[in-house]
Amino acid sequence: MEAIVKYLWLIPVLPLLAAGWGALLPRSRKRLAAALAIGSVALSGLLALWAFCATLNPPLIRHYRNWVWFDFGATSLQLGWVLDPLAAVMLVMVTLVSLLIFIYSLGYMAHDDNAARFFCFMALFAAAMLGIVIANSLLLFFVCWELVGLASYLLIGFWFQKPAAAAAAKKAFITTRIGDLGLLLGMLWLYSQSGTLLFYDNGHGCLEQSSLAPLLARATLGGMAVSTGISLLIFCGAVGKSGQVPLHVWLPDAMEGPTPVSALIHAATMVAAGVFLVARMFPLMSNSLNPATGSSALHVVTWVGAITAVFAASIAVAQNDIKRILAYSTVSQLGYMMMGLGVGGVAVGMFHLITHACFKALLFLGAGSVIHGCSGGQDIRRMGGLRKFMPLTFVTYAVGTMALCGVPLFFAGFWSKEEILHAARHWPVSNIPFCLGVAAAFLTAFYMTRQVAYVFFGKPADAAQAHPSPRESPPVMTVPLAILAVLAILVGFLGTPAWPWFQSYLTGEPARFTLGKIFDRPQLNLMFLSTIVIGAAIALGWRIYARAASQTSRDIDPLEKPMPAIFACLRNKFFVDEFYARTLIRWTSSFSVLADWLDRFVWGGAVWAVARLTLLLSFFNNDADESLVNQSFDNGCEGLRNSGRLLALFQNGQVQRYLRVIGVAFAALVLLLFWGCA
Amino acid sequence: MTTPLSHYLLLSALLFSVGFAGAVLRRHAVLVLIGIELMLNAANLNFIAFWRYGPHPEALTGLMFAIFSIAIAAAEVAVGLALVIAIYRHRKTSQVEQFQALKG
Repeated sequence: MEAIVKYLWLIPVLPLLAAGWGALLPRSRKRLAAALAIGSVALSGLLALWAFCATLNPPLIRHYRNWVWFDFGATSLQLGWVLDPLAAVMLVMVTLVSLLIFIYSLGYMAHDDNAARFFCFMALFAAAMLGIVIANSLLLFFVCWELVGLASYLLIGFWFQKPAAAAAAKKAFITTRIGDLGLLLGMLWLYSQSGTLLFYDNGHGCLEQSSLAPLLARATLGGMAVSTGISLLIFCGAVGKSGQVPLHVWLPDAMEGPTPVSALIHAATMVAAGVFLVARMFPLMSNSLNPATGSSALHVVTWVGAITAVFAASIAVAQNDIKRILAYSTVSQLGYMMMGLGVGGVAVGMFHLITHACFKALLFLGAGSVIHGCSGGQDIRRMGGLRKFMPLTFVTYAVGTMALCGVPLFFAGFWSKEEILHAARHWPVSNIPFCLGVAAAFLTAFYMTRQVAYVFFGKPADAAQAHPSPRESPPVMTVPLAILAVLAILVGFLGTPAWPWFQSYLTGEPARFTLGKIFDRPQLNLMFLSTIVIGAAIALGWRIYARAASQTSRDIDPLEKPMPAIFACLRNKFFVDEFYARTLIRWTSSFSVLADWLDRFVWGGAVWAVARLTLLLSFFNNDADESLVNQSFDNGCEGLRNSGRLLALFQNGQVQRYLRVIGVAFAALVLLLFWGCA
Repeated sequence: MTTPLSHYLLLSALLFSVGFAGAVLRRHAVLVLIGIELMLNAANLNFIAFWRYGPHPEALTGLMFAIFSIAIAAAEVAVGLALVIAIYRHRKTSQVEQFQALKG
């Protein structure tokens, strides 16, 4: 136990070293860069497994190491790392998914000239993400958080020759930065209020009771408790990173990056960092005077999550890019996780995070395999009948789809989603999040059915003539798919109502196997309800799109005929991008024009005037210096020199002359005395 | 007591003036020394005169002063003549205006 806590820092540092080494390699050393990245993540994975096993035995242990980073004055800034079940389970998930995706990338990026750079960035990303997971200080967390943002920027813009990719990278960076500003402010506020940024520190950390109680007691704007204000600001960071409404716009655009990046960053891990942030800060988030209804910060989390879930799922219905559909699905599922955190606590949200990481990575890698097989096309209407050409991809993709839809009993998504809906059903504040959740589940099943029907069923559409036979991907890509597919089924069984091992692992209570709990009345009703909803959605989707699958991309969508206006609205993503372009971006650019003008003419003019004034002053100053100071000094010197010359006349070295002077002076003195006295 | 004190003093002043003129105006170093001796003797004459006309003529104070003064003058002349000879050996001249080494 002690040993792994001592060496926990190695888990993020190993990939970091690999990234540093990889950055120094020449472009031709692709294989070495890949080996470095994969090897380091594999080693980290082993360490993570060790850490995970160490947290299994005695329930709910939390070990941390803090050290002083630097001192200023009397205070010192401390950083640290922590090992608890929350961190351990994330460590295992991140390293495992990263490892599989790295291996998959070997195949996917085999023909890219810059693969060495790719693996370097991927390793950097893994390092930063693992740093987030083990950080025991909000500051360290923030540093790694920003590093993740940087890695995401670099990887989205990996194909920076494409203008769309460069723009998407910039958009992702700036949009998440807006959220991070909130996080930074929250962090500063927290530091000023509690005096520490350590999460756990022998009862003095900012997540421990001694700090939480005073935060609750103090009130700020409009009677809101300080802890609520801080929580909301921190949640801003999570909104940005996890693509919640209204900052979700970057995530679908981020699909311009290579598909393994989409799988790793924009589906499985990085976007989950926002959820993890809320989970990590949960003691602060849930800090409330009224335990029955929960804190108002968690209400906000719930509402944002529920709205995002439906909002993104409805957009996904009308998209045609295979990765974009998955991206909106990710946004929607992240909304689910936030809702789960809000209504059910850490265990509920985190469980969906873990299962989602498995099946969404699977879906993205499957999509990558499809794109690879179709030589780069991403429009689902141009695909069709791929199940014959790519059987392995089809099977694994189907497993992922069913897990995402939440097909009952055998797929991970069912159990985790059930958990969230169950918690939402019993949320004392409002019933609407539950209804939104059910609606999102319906939409999810519907658009996934649409996608699978378009891609894998029907006849090969028009693109197929150009590329007559899409090939199955090589084993280096399909084996990770298979492993993830198995995980997407098995992980769900860690958290069924009958055996809630995952939940009790996080909360530290022993897990008990009680088969009967599945057949509890409300539980059973809910499972029944969602089964019906999902079944209806799949049936409806199949009925509408089974025939449409053979259509070409020029035909209009079957849904567009009955309701063209709504469909256009959905296809254009509710015009959110356009709205931002019209308002915020235009305001910003007008403001920058104004600022530019101010800068150029007002401030610049002032600076120019001051400079001119200084020149004038210095001119006078120079004049005064030359004519007054120098001149008078020179004159003084001249006078001294003249008087000295005069006096030197007497000093000719002749003793008699001296004697004469003395004699004359004596005579003069005598005469003076004589007449003076008379 | 026929001659008043002032006569002695006038004689002494005259003697001093002659010595001073010699010391200041003569060019030969030995003659300058002789001028200095005259001035010293004028001072000795003053000592004696003030002693004889002073309140205690019976004490030998003035005489003692004069004797000391003469001894010092002798010593001074010895040093002065030695200096003159040394300079003469060095510069091959005893003309005072050529001794300019003290020029500042």
